[in-house]
Amino acid sequence: MSRFTQLGNDLYTGARSFDFVGKRRLWYVIAAVFVIVSIGFTVLRGGFVFGIEFRGGSEFRVQGTSAVEEGNAAATAIAIDAVNTVVAGSNPRVSIVGGDSVRVQTEQLTPSETDDVRRALAQAYAVSESEVSSSFIGATWGADITRSALLALVVFLVLASLVMAIYFRTWKMAAAAIVALFHDLIVTTGVYGVLGLEITPAAVIGFLTILGYSLYDTVVVFDKVRENTSEDGVESRRTFAQSVNLAVNQTLVRSINTSIVAVLPTASILFIGSVLLGAGTLRDIALALFIGTLVGTYSSIFLAAPFYVHLRANEPEVKKQGSRPRVVRTESGAVR
Amino acid sequence: MARSTTERKAIRSLVWLLVIIVALIAANGASVLFNNGQWTPKLALDLEGGTQIVLSPQIASGESVSQEQLDQAVAIIRQRVDAGGVSEAEINTQGGQNIVVSIPGTPDDETLARIQSSAKLEFRAVLTADLASNTTAGQSPTDDAEGDAADGEAVDTDTDTAPEPDAEPTEAPAPTATPTNASDLAWITPELQELFASFDCASLDVVGANVAPVDEPLVTCEQDSSVKYILGPVEVAGERIVDARSGLIASSTGVTTNEWGVFIEFDGTGTQQFRTVTERLVTLSGVQNQFAIVLDGRVISAPRTISAITDGRPQISGSFTEETARILADQLKFGALPIGFEVQSSENISATLGVSQLQSGIIAGIIGLVLVALYGFFQYRALGGVIIASLIVAGVVTYLIITYLSNQQGLRLSLAGVAALVISIGVIADSFIVYFERIRDELRDGRSVDGAVEAGWKRAFRTILISDVINFIAAVVLFLLAVGNVRGFAFMLGVTTIVDLIVVVLFTYPMMQLLGRTQFFGGGHRLSGLDPKALGAVYRGRAQFRAPVGVSTVKVASSSREAQRRQTIAERKAAEARGDGKDER
Repeated sequence: MSRFTQLGNDLYTGARSFDFVGKRRLWYVIAAVFVIVSIGFTVLRGGFVFGIEFRGGSEFRVQGTSAVEEGNAAATAIAIDAVNTVVAGSNPRVSIVGGDSVRVQTEQLTPSETDDVRRALAQAYAVSESEVSSSFIGATWGADITRSALLALVVFLVLASLVMAIYFRTWKMAAAAIVALFHDLIVTTGVYGVLGLEITPAAVIGFLTILGYSLYDTVVVFDKVRENTSEDGVESRRTFAQSVNLAVNQTLVRSINTSIVAVLPTASILFIGSVLLGAGTLRDIALALFIGTLVGTYSSIFLAAPFYVHLRANEPEVKKQGSRPRVVRTESGAVR
Repeated sequence: MARSTTERKAIRSLVWLLVIIVALIAANGASVLFNNGQWTPKLALDLEGGTQIVLSPQIASGESVSQEQLDQAVAIIRQRVDAGGVSEAEINTQGGQNIVVSIPGTPDDETLARIQSSAKLEFRAVLTADLASNTTAGQSPTDDAEGDAADGEAVDTDTDTAPEPDAEPTEAPAPTATPTNASDLAWITPELQELFASFDCASLDVVGANVAPVDEPLVTCEQDSSVKYILGPVEVAGERIVDARSGLIASSTGVTTNEWGVFIEFDGTGTQQFRTVTERLVTLSGVQNQFAIVLDGRVISAPRTISAITDGRPQISGSFTEETARILADQLKFGALPIGFEVQSSENISATLGVSQLQSGIIAGIIGLVLVALYGFFQYRALGGVIIASLIVAGVVTYLIITYLSNQQGLRLSLAGVAALVISIGVIADSFIVYFERIRDELRDGRSVDGAVEAGWKRAFRTILISDVINFIAAVVLFLLAVGNVRGFAFMLGVTTIVDLIVVVLFTYPMMQLLGRTQFFGGGHRLSGLDPKALGAVYRGRAQFRAPVGVSTVKVASSSREAQRRQTIAERKAAEARGDGKDER
């Protein structure tokens, strides 16, 4: 069997052990750095770059043009010139979408301007007018999405916390999971903010989906934690922190496998979405999810579990366990 | 006889799964045969091509829109779309306040303008009227759609869809407005007269072109551009209508005639206002005897006033058909909507773009599936086959459910939905991995394959259930609260979460039960993914292990099978006793 299986065996028995819980302060610092960088750089950049759905404006799509073959810069210049013949001084955003399409975003235009721009673009790219589609998006559209997204976030957090608190029979696990969830959300949106990627409604879908995935991953880890810690009983020779650490180690292979399996389809959408289609719904959803899945796996292991130990560290029972001699770990030769 | 019981249970589960699949196929077949259903899910506009317009209500902050108001608005907009002869438009409410109009293909500007204008109904007195010149040229080429365009005198749902050049009115001599002591005609100023003379009914196509304040006169046209009017200020607002219905008119002797008419009922204020109007109008003659019913700035009907209406229950007669009478009644009733709508977004997607996006989505799905399958084989050897089989079963069930909902509930698959389906491959495969890792854990604890399949299931199912519940909550919350294509995404996520549970319970678990009995898997073959030796299971005790003794692979392969089985029997009993006591679910 593969070395991975061997690693799985060793982690399960405790023959090898990564000290996730013991070094928690280090993980906290790393997470904090991530969060601070996410927020700080985003602020420094002047906030998020929002898609047209949030700014409002007009959008044109030119299909089946051969101009793209002559290079992106040339194709872009054509669009800017065409738009400027109609609306002087306009500064449109032009992006190449897929192999042979151009997307042009402008400020909000009047119906007659829209028609003129369509005609101008069709002429400039030498395509028939029917190949140029136009759409108009009011600025309130994005605000609406944002509002409902935030509402969804709050409702979901409350419901999920309740379900977890009931299932795990402790609010502390729920709290730890939610902290990890916030970390995931901030870091994922932070990637958008730091890199200046455009936030579109599709990206918002991605962010919201991270909610589900991040908790899914944490729940799998916590389920094992609960099992181990409840098995311990009074006469256990492991401290609470050791039990949790063993649980995380035992689920490590599972976490890695599930994350890889979750990332693979996401990555294929991301690949197809960016290479074949260029900017668009598929790429935006997949990018957010791709980042979110990786961050979510990290936070389940490095953040949620250690933080759970942290939350319970001051409980009298746990403290009593902690004072027991640490026999097992030295016996099993834990790697620190 | 534990063995045969397990086997029977496993087979029963598989039969249930088969029943579900067959039932779904039958349900789909039924809708294909009897309900115009189809074997493929309907596609949303972003995949099929078309135009989507999102309208949001114009309300003061703090106010909210009632479902009833929304439903009324949807009814009006549906009429407006149908009036343009566009078929298969879908009009839905979304997120409890928005209205989404989805039209396949590219609608003409007029249809768009009609959808986008806000529904405002008012009654104005007619000051002067004139035939717009070229009504015949304004005939719509698309008006024969649902047979709802009729030549009613009072209402004509066939609004002009002629492009601008058609509707060029010849310079009709402006009727000389003789001012009388009635307040009405004094409204016609020379400027207004001039505007009227040069007024082009086609300019109504431009949204907001003929909006006049309620206390000022309005120059506008009949819906079909046949007549143009100068109207007085608003005398009764549309909100004053309590009810409007269509029916056959009864003669004065109470005998029902064959003539269709529209019956209106005003509220208290409306009754008062309408009496004042009709008492005045009835004394006038010519066009001034008429009052105009104006919807969205267009005259939908301008009936003459035969008598003063004092009870607030006028009836409008004319050359109505049953259809046109009903439409006018609906317009009167629903046009009286207290909220206006504003276009929030309007998007046009060409069919070719949609097709290429769908293709890309499918390609992404196939690549994702292949990658997951490869990884499955790499990590779990032959068990990868179980992963693939489970994913295929999940795919079939999901496809059938989506097609069924598409036929029955009008569900449409959007690009975001396709993304959700592709992503769900990973989420569904996660469940199998959680289970397989559990089985391996049990094997490491020294159980037999049989025992590990059972004991691992009990624990894994708990984990799968709680994580699916969390996922499902996420999907439901998103679906209920989110707007736009987030909903399509959330819906597919919810469906696949349920499918995940169905498949893992009714397929993966029973398959493992059955496979656990085969030589290959049960014996822990090197390539089965369940090789206890590779998993380090030698000494049976919880969390206490010794490294496997170094024996040559060949020797182990031949002897371990027998050894395993022997240990199994004793171990299984112990395991069952232990497992049952602890895992009370």
